Amino acid sequence: MPEKKIRVLIAKPGLDGHDRGAKVIARALRDAGMEVIYTGLRQTPEMIASAAIQEDVDVIGLSILSGAHNTICPQLMKLLHEKGMNDVTVLIGGIIPAADIPALKQSGIAEIFLPGTSTQEIVEFIHKRIPRH
Amino acid sequence: MSEKSKGTTQIAPPAETSSAHRAPSAKELAWQKNTLQPTLEKSPERQQEFTTISGHPIRRLYTKADLPNGDPETNLGFPGDPPYTRGIHSTMHRGRLWTMRQFAGFGTAEDTNQRFRYLLAQGQTGLSTAFDLPTLMGYDSDHALSEGEVGKCGVAISSLADMEVLFDKIPLANVTTSMTINSPAAVIWAMYLAVAENQGADWKKLSGTLQNDILKEYIAQKEYIYPPEPSMRLVIDTFEFGVKNTPKFNPISISGYHIREAGSTAIQELAFTLRDGLEYVEWGMRRGLDIDEFVPQLSFFFNAHSDFFEEIAKYRAARRIWHKAMVERYKSKNPRSWALRFHTQTAGCSLTAQQPYNNVVRTAIQALAAVLGGTQSLHTNSLDEAWALPTEFAATIALRTQQIIAHETGVTNTVDPLGGSYFVETLTNEVEHGAWEYIDRIDAMGGMVAAIERSYPQREIAEASYRYQMALDKKEKIMVGVNDFVSEEKPLDILQIDDTVGHRQADRLRKLRVDRSKDEVARRLTALRTAAKGKDNLMPFIYDAVKSYATLGEICDAMRDVFGTYEEVAIT
Repeated sequence: MPEKKIRVLIAKPGLDGHDRGAKVIARALRDAGMEVIYTGLRQTPEMIASAAIQEDVDVIGLSILSGAHNTICPQLMKLLHEKGMNDVTVLIGGIIPAADIPALKQSGIAEIFLPGTSTQEIVEFIHKRIPRH
Repeated sequence: MSEKSKGTTQIAPPAETSSAHRAPSAKELAWQKNTLQPTLEKSPERQQEFTTISGHPIRRLYTKADLPNGDPETNLGFPGDPPYTRGIHSTMHRGRLWTMRQFAGFGTAEDTNQRFRYLLAQGQTGLSTAFDLPTLMGYDSDHALSEGEVGKCGVAISSLADMEVLFDKIPLANVTTSMTINSPAAVIWAMYLAVAENQGADWKKLSGTLQNDILKEYIAQKEYIYPPEPSMRLVIDTFEFGVKNTPKFNPISISGYHIREAGSTAIQELAFTLRDGLEYVEWGMRRGLDIDEFVPQLSFFFNAHSDFFEEIAKYRAARRIWHKAMVERYKSKNPRSWALRFHTQTAGCSLTAQQPYNNVVRTAIQALAAVLGGTQSLHTNSLDEAWALPTEFAATIALRTQQIIAHETGVTNTVDPLGGSYFVETLTNEVEHGAWEYIDRIDAMGGMVAAIERSYPQREIAEASYRYQMALDKKEKIMVGVNDFVSEEKPLDILQIDDTVGHRQADRLRKLRVDRSKDEVARRLTALRTAAKGKDNLMPFIYDAVKSYATLGEICDAMRDVFGTYEEVAIT
């Protein structure tokens, strides 16, 4: 029986439209055999949380470059918790100042990938983190 | 592409290959046989093939065999003469240096006003305004979607009251100001004109540039509000208003910068930008504007990436393509319409978060390419911009970089110093050829709006950006400090945007809404809404609304009511 594919939601929260990174990651994860759903631009935490439930994803990847992470991430983590999605792995890719990283991890974000990360590193992280179905 | 594209025809990108029909001279053939071959046999080259950062193949050596037949003086022309390969002015930077225009904006209008005045005091010669994301999207600072974004990526401007503070004690009659604003450009411009009027400045003498390039928003930067049709109407409204009222102000800066930042190749940047330019020209002509009245005020904006010669070739090719299009395609009679003027910004996407001081070097090399390519104005990025908006310290080094190029290197002593180089001329020809292939293709689709609607440029850019990322991942392309030459560094001190900006802006808006005349605001917004349903030029209505202190969000909402909003089909 074929393995069930890892399901990933790539989301672009906030008002920023710089989607180069989100698109590259979406494609790289798909090429690595994952099922990837890309939300498109300007998603609120509510929209991301409901998409995650509806699509029953294992991973949520947030692309944030705008400096709005300290507003967006706690809201999303709270919503996921309220909806009982405690198992989902939440990752951030983008521009996050070093000083903000401890609090984000404290809130339940599994990992933060900064500029210059290779796509293989992210693929490997997800494979290690998500047990084989 | 692993996902089947939906409903669009797959078209292979135009070939970007090197000149095929070389006929080397007897001397060149003898050199190959007697000098080159023995060397290659002894020590092969480092790589099988050499390509630009865009993946364009580069030959080992360029000689006269690479140049087209004919008289170089006709093909190249002279500076200030068609086809402007060598520059749009006869004396170029000997006559006048480029404008050193550093993009700045953060926090509140007060914060940015202070930075502007600092930069002017340091010898900067023009202003350039960065707006925050809510402003770019036409939302007031107190809108729910603005939470966490106010003042972060630029300055927060929600009404004329903010604009008055932004340009406080800066005489608009004497500085040139560039404003990076697109979907709400007409509204922000109206605010600027209102401040100028309050200062007693003559609109006819105002000089500056509005970005106002909505097409590249759909293609790359994605800060759009309305669908293409009404958005294009607004752009043409500003052209028409400008021809009558602000003849020295550039109502648009047709931008390749963001296309390149989104991951395009140099040829794609050039082709999509110039085809956008042709689209604006055609919409302007359809409005009934005289091409030779409005086109001279159209300006361009290109990226300066790290592949030195490819960038120089791109700027030279840009001028030649624009000249040809204006003269042959539109039968323009005014040489001022033929000469492509452009601003350049060094490539933000080339900056590394790792070993950030290396970014000073990258920026200097990129800026040098822009200068050698004949730019009219230049922004150099700061070393810390892979992390945040620049600190004053970092912004000062970036400005000094331009001043060193201008005053120490001697590259400004002669016009187009690389003209006649076998390599640069061949690359210019190839880049031009590659861009025309894309332009022809987009013409065949029915123009740029049609091409955007079928996601053609978006898809081409996504492909190129993925190819580049894969090349980095495989170390086929090297980024120093990222995928090679890696070392540990201690973190930089970066600019922190105070989280109270949002609250301060919200307080200011609350006060504004109490102080202004509610009836007057309502009356003028209704007038705008009614006009939007018809065909009138909307600039006067927007200007009236701005003067009543209607907010940016209210004005954009009035047009949202009529025009609706745009959602893209996301491609990955």
